[in-house]
Amino acid sequence: MRLEPRESPGLGLRFGAPASAIVAALLLAAIPLAFAGAPLATAYAAMFDGALGSVFALTETLTRATPLILTGLAVTAAFRAKLWNIGAEGQLYAGALAAVVIASHAWSSSPFVMIPSMLVAGAAAGAVLLLIPTLLKTRLGVDEVVTTLLLNFVMLLFVSMMVEGPLQDPMSMGWPQSEPIVDEAVLPELVPRTRLHAGLIIALVAAVLLSLLINRTRWGLEMRAVGANADAARFAGMKIGRVMVFTAIISGGLAGLAGVSEVAGVRGYVTLDLSPGYGYAGIVVAMLAQLSALGVVVSAIFIAAVFVGADSMGRAMGVSSYLADLIVALSLLTMLVAGLVARYRIRWA
Amino acid sequence: MTDVSALVLRLTGITKRFGPLVANDRVDLSLGRGEVLALLGENGAGKSTLMSILFGHYTADEGTVEVADEAGNLRELRHGSPAAALEAGVGMVHQHFTLADNLSVLDNITLGTEGLWRVFQARAAARRRLKSLMDDSGLTVPLDRPVGTLSVGEQQRTEILKALYRGVRILVLDEPTAVLTPQEVNQLFDTLRRLTRQGLSIIFISHKLDEVTAISDRVAILRAGKLVGQRQTQAVDRGELAELMVGHAVELHGRDPQPRGAEVARLDKLSVPGPRGGMDLKSADLTLFAREIVGIAGVSGNGQGALAALFSGLAQPSGGSFQLFGNEVTRFDAGAFVAGGVGRIPEDRHRDGTVGDMTVWENAILETYRDGANQRAGWMRIGAARDHAKGLIGAFDVRCPGPDAPIRLLSGGNMQKLIIGRVLENKPRLIVANQPTRGLDIGAVAFVQDRLLEAKRDGAAILLISEDLDELFQIADRLAVIHSGHLSEARPAEELTKRQVGLMMAGEGQGAHAA
Repeated sequence: MRLEPRESPGLGLRFGAPASAIVAALLLAAIPLAFAGAPLATAYAAMFDGALGSVFALTETLTRATPLILTGLAVTAAFRAKLWNIGAEGQLYAGALAAVVIASHAWSSSPFVMIPSMLVAGAAAGAVLLLIPTLLKTRLGVDEVVTTLLLNFVMLLFVSMMVEGPLQDPMSMGWPQSEPIVDEAVLPELVPRTRLHAGLIIALVAAVLLSLLINRTRWGLEMRAVGANADAARFAGMKIGRVMVFTAIISGGLAGLAGVSEVAGVRGYVTLDLSPGYGYAGIVVAMLAQLSALGVVVSAIFIAAVFVGADSMGRAMGVSSYLADLIVALSLLTMLVAGLVARYRIRWA
Repeated sequence: MTDVSALVLRLTGITKRFGPLVANDRVDLSLGRGEVLALLGENGAGKSTLMSILFGHYTADEGTVEVADEAGNLRELRHGSPAAALEAGVGMVHQHFTLADNLSVLDNITLGTEGLWRVFQARAAARRRLKSLMDDSGLTVPLDRPVGTLSVGEQQRTEILKALYRGVRILVLDEPTAVLTPQEVNQLFDTLRRLTRQGLSIIFISHKLDEVTAISDRVAILRAGKLVGQRQTQAVDRGELAELMVGHAVELHGRDPQPRGAEVARLDKLSVPGPRGGMDLKSADLTLFAREIVGIAGVSGNGQGALAALFSGLAQPSGGSFQLFGNEVTRFDAGAFVAGGVGRIPEDRHRDGTVGDMTVWENAILETYRDGANQRAGWMRIGAARDHAKGLIGAFDVRCPGPDAPIRLLSGGNMQKLIIGRVLENKPRLIVANQPTRGLDIGAVAFVQDRLLEAKRDGAAILLISEDLDELFQIADRLAVIHSGHLSEARPAEELTKRQVGLMMAGEGQGAHAA
């Protein structure tokens, strides 16, 4: 078997390949679903209905997509420069903690002051958390895959310490959760009586801005050049260390914003289960989008829809909601194969 | 001396297509016992594809490969099977050696040929066989030394021995002289003649005409996938060969001396540390003047990299003084060097010169993207940059689908033309060209050399680092030799002979350690 690059994939292939990947993932997922004893047609109908079938379902999917867009963008920014940031999860918690610290005591009555300062603080906290391993990488050559990954656990323990200590809500009756943020800091609802909040707008704006940054500015050119060929970038006179630091600030900041958005838009306070792995899922989102900032929006909504739909299917059919994880994993695998098929012609020799 | 009736290899009607590209177009080729056949052709002419088909790495779309068995009868080789080719006695020495540096010569040679059991018994037998092979062939290599400690020439002998040890009857050598000093080349040719007298048949892949005429019995010329001619070497005219290879007459231009201009750069007892301690460049003295090309000869890996990095703003010296355009350099920064008027042509265009996944226009401004012409307040002026790339593509004859194509799609020659265009349009006062013509076909070589000569006439000082002595003697005004970090005094090229320079490259001539 041999792979030959295609000159240019046709339109049919470009859209047909991901579509068939989704179908293939659903077909593969049908096997365990059948083992679980669920009637397939009803199960998938319930899944579709639960993800996209009503205004409520749609807003749930978009609510779930919001942090995924932001962590997906964080990973996209970093991976474009080959800064292997596996620590979006920790940076998300750093942003969330910063949001609570800024916004749990009303020091201003205006949301126009509270919300921006919370966003800035959250982004800064996420950025600082990624700057540590980045500087270790550029100065001492420490592998950032290991350090960013391990910092996630350090951060989680730190959050645990804070929500059981200095930041604990006195009204929580000993429950490990932080003080709630003040009403002035809560992100407004987008659709009345649903959980969908203005964080989605922030995520969409961030996607557009990141896309412009990467494709239209000199800093994006530097990030892409360093990521694609660091030797040539250095030869051309780029400062690899500076580009990495810049990338870390953008990437960590975006992941921090995801934490702010979850605290100020959904929860109102920090707990240890604030994120069900949004930071790690961001890697999947970014890879599915092939590191395109605008593509991240689409792939985040897709993954959110699978999660929300499978959750709802699980409740309706009485099967394990872990099937959602399985379907997401299967769609990632089939999408990767589809990407390969779209870019290469497979010859059987 | 060649018995043509005793064919050992016959390729008939070999055709191989990659999509729309026809890499080999009905190629017929035969090889006699004890014959040296030179396969001549530019890059992309289809030499490698043809050899890959012979080795079973590729399957031909049409045509047959026949190899003689021990009795001398031609038998068709199974398609697409490297094992079958090895079995039939076809061996190859690649341009980039396939040796394990940390293993001894003996282990490298026997690796993969002996069973895992009875290792020690087999080793003694292997050593005896190798000893007799070395005596017969004149190839001597220290069997117990780790390969990593051998010279490039010795490593090549190891590769050849490895092939002989496996009992090859047909040996393919891919550009074997690229890494050797002139003396080592002569030694290699002696060995090859001895081997052919013992019945070995050799296919010698090259694009250097003088080597082809020196060693081969017969020359086959490939161009654009087609076999365009075969000649007996004795009766051949070099001009004709070049024309067959390129498809039209090529004229290489010579030195063209100019009145020496002002001093542009001066190294004074300058040392550059290596990555693993020690000095890559040891107390070098060198002065460059405007309107002059100074050539640096040397076998690769003797400090050329450090010298090029120094002039490119990528290396920090550890001692001595470096004056550039009349000022002592204090900031060793590639961007500052470019802005100051240094043009750099890197040795490895894929690794250092271009970002393969980025577009032609982005690569065209890779060194100047910060300039006002290319960005304003951080926003890239994409339209202007694309127009600029289109201009370069036209002015420097870069064959490519357009400014938006990823540069990795370009051939090496076209990539190099873009890099040269990128450098020259800044009107640099000093040009550092490290192996600017390596791996290019004759047409592109002439183009690059002409542009350098033109830049020199326009007043630039040029430092030309090359492993190709012919090129250095052709266009350099003064020549210095670098050997294990020592740079010799640069002397006028007319006062030197290739033999002298070759000895100095091997570290034997006087003056090599003068610094």
